[in-house]
Amino acid sequence: MSAATSRRLMEGSEAIAEAAIAAGCRFFAGYPMTPFTELLEHLARRLPEEGGTCINAESEIEAIGMAWGAAATGARAATGSTGQGLSLMQESLSEITRAEIPLVVFNMARGQGDYFQATRGGGHGDYRHIVLAPIDASEAVAHTQLAFDLADRWRHPVLVMGDYLLAHTSEAVAVERVAFDPQPSKDWAVDGSLGGSGRSRNLNPIGMEKGSKGIDPDRFWRRLQEKQDRIEAAEPRHETFATEDAELVVVAYGTVARFARYVVQELRAEGAKVGLFRPITLWPFPSEALAACTAGATRVACLEQNAGQMIDDVRLAVLGRAPVVPIGGISTDPAGFGIGRLLDAAVVRGRVEAALAGRELDTGVVV
Amino acid sequence: MSDDLRVIQTDSPPAEGACRTQGFGSPLQLSEEHDLCPGCGEPVALRAILDAVETLDLAQRAIGVVGIGCYTALTSLIDLDLIQALHGRAPSVATGAKRMRPDSLLFTLQGDGDMVNEGLQEVIHAAARGENVTCILLNNGVFGETGGHMTATTVLGQRTKNSLEGRDAAYHGHPILIADLLSRLGGAGYVARASVHDAPGVARARRYLERAFESQMKGEGFSFVEILTMCPTGWFVPTAEGPGYLDDVLAPIHQLGELKRDGALVEPD
Repeated sequence: MSAATSRRLMEGSEAIAEAAIAAGCRFFAGYPMTPFTELLEHLARRLPEEGGTCINAESEIEAIGMAWGAAATGARAATGSTGQGLSLMQESLSEITRAEIPLVVFNMARGQGDYFQATRGGGHGDYRHIVLAPIDASEAVAHTQLAFDLADRWRHPVLVMGDYLLAHTSEAVAVERVAFDPQPSKDWAVDGSLGGSGRSRNLNPIGMEKGSKGIDPDRFWRRLQEKQDRIEAAEPRHETFATEDAELVVVAYGTVARFARYVVQELRAEGAKVGLFRPITLWPFPSEALAACTAGATRVACLEQNAGQMIDDVRLAVLGRAPVVPIGGISTDPAGFGIGRLLDAAVVRGRVEAALAGRELDTGVVV
Repeated sequence: MSDDLRVIQTDSPPAEGACRTQGFGSPLQLSEEHDLCPGCGEPVALRAILDAVETLDLAQRAIGVVGIGCYTALTSLIDLDLIQALHGRAPSVATGAKRMRPDSLLFTLQGDGDMVNEGLQEVIHAAARGENVTCILLNNGVFGETGGHMTATTVLGQRTKNSLEGRDAAYHGHPILIADLLSRLGGAGYVARASVHDAPGVARARRYLERAFESQMKGEGFSFVEILTMCPTGWFVPTAEGPGYLDDVLAPIHQLGELKRDGALVEPD
């Protein structure tokens, strides 16, 4: 069946659930919370049909614990929540990173206020994990499968960042299986088979090893840090539109970038020298590509649905070569689900035009 | 309990190294040396666990999920596949592992601070779900690793570093008798409490562990073995008085015996 004919109308949550199953995910645990709830619903229905397991955990803390145990046995496993639930999971997420266990985590966030949580490690200790920020349901299908591939390849957690619109908007989507390069076998995973052999495993986040007392901090931390350095070099992803001769480069990610892309295309068609840079990985942040794209720009505008978080990374990439101005802000609804006035092409257009004209804007809060 | 609190210096490393426990060896150990305090009950309990695994010929199907406490230091000696979990979180990690490896013997190893303080809801929910794993509690009534602080299982009157005049029900609240609590949950198939303060106690601990593991391998749901262990350092008593203290202070409250077998409550003698 071709992609065109296999398309079906489904909400983003269902598309992600189907993509997870296509990627071989056979374990999920979660706790309901808007706007993540439907992802749990779809997986609770679908995983048993595929011979998998979905557990309604007693809290997000246990949800990630269960996913940790499942992933430790070599199964493709995932959990998720919204930002608040992710806060509860951070202690485990930090340890899972150091135990080098591949785990996929979905954050169907309420707006974009969780950028720092996602990209700065989020919990205690020195670590970061890979963050993918799909722009729509079709890309979420690809990113979900990529997340499982990257998690296994690097033995590292991967976070997929969505939001209310991504999770709840129904679109025509084809869940096509993505082909990846073959992976090495998971000989590190615990299956119980090596007891008494002298080669049994210990999936340990604090650097303890079998047969020797104590911890070698130098070896442990160097190994982890060198891996993070390799990820940082290998995995930045981004998309650009019309940045070659752009005087103004708009930087936006996720659902917000979808509005920005529409507006930038519209303004370009009208002759404005504006372009779009869209980070696809929030960590590693595509700093080098952004520096190159903005080398000839007179201004860089950061459109994000928060009080100013990604703008730190944008400024670090631009390094003072052009002014970096915020044009987004906190923008939400009375229920706090992150559906605010900013998610409107006309509003975004007005703010991009203001940046083009060098006009000051109210930022920080745009309710 | 004596009225006088004897203070044993624990702020600096002991002047003498720990003695090797005689006969500690098991085929499932990579080394016999450990760094826990003299008189500690945890190596004895670990030996009982490894013996039970060995006796039932389950070494090549066993996965252990370990919490954080003094016993964590023993894990580098254990020749079984292990997952190191966070403090309090072993039952949920064991749940995910067991669901993906249903033919394995899945056990957790936690202390009282880990299981009954930090992660109480984990073990309760795992038991209520009838999760087919064996949770093992090493209960000495104190946070041993931090130097003898009150836990949720510290008995009334017991002196710890943060209950200096003894645990007072009106001020500190009552201890949680976790085996008794878990035995009342529908998903629990086997629940027992043992000790390692004397030879018959160790033999009984091994027997209960074997029964719990057999129960799991038969798919009878959640199984639980609590083992009272000595912590003379955290109890501030001389090493040789550890077993007597356990018998006199802890065991009358955390009473030894099987509480549930084959899914049915065991009537007290």
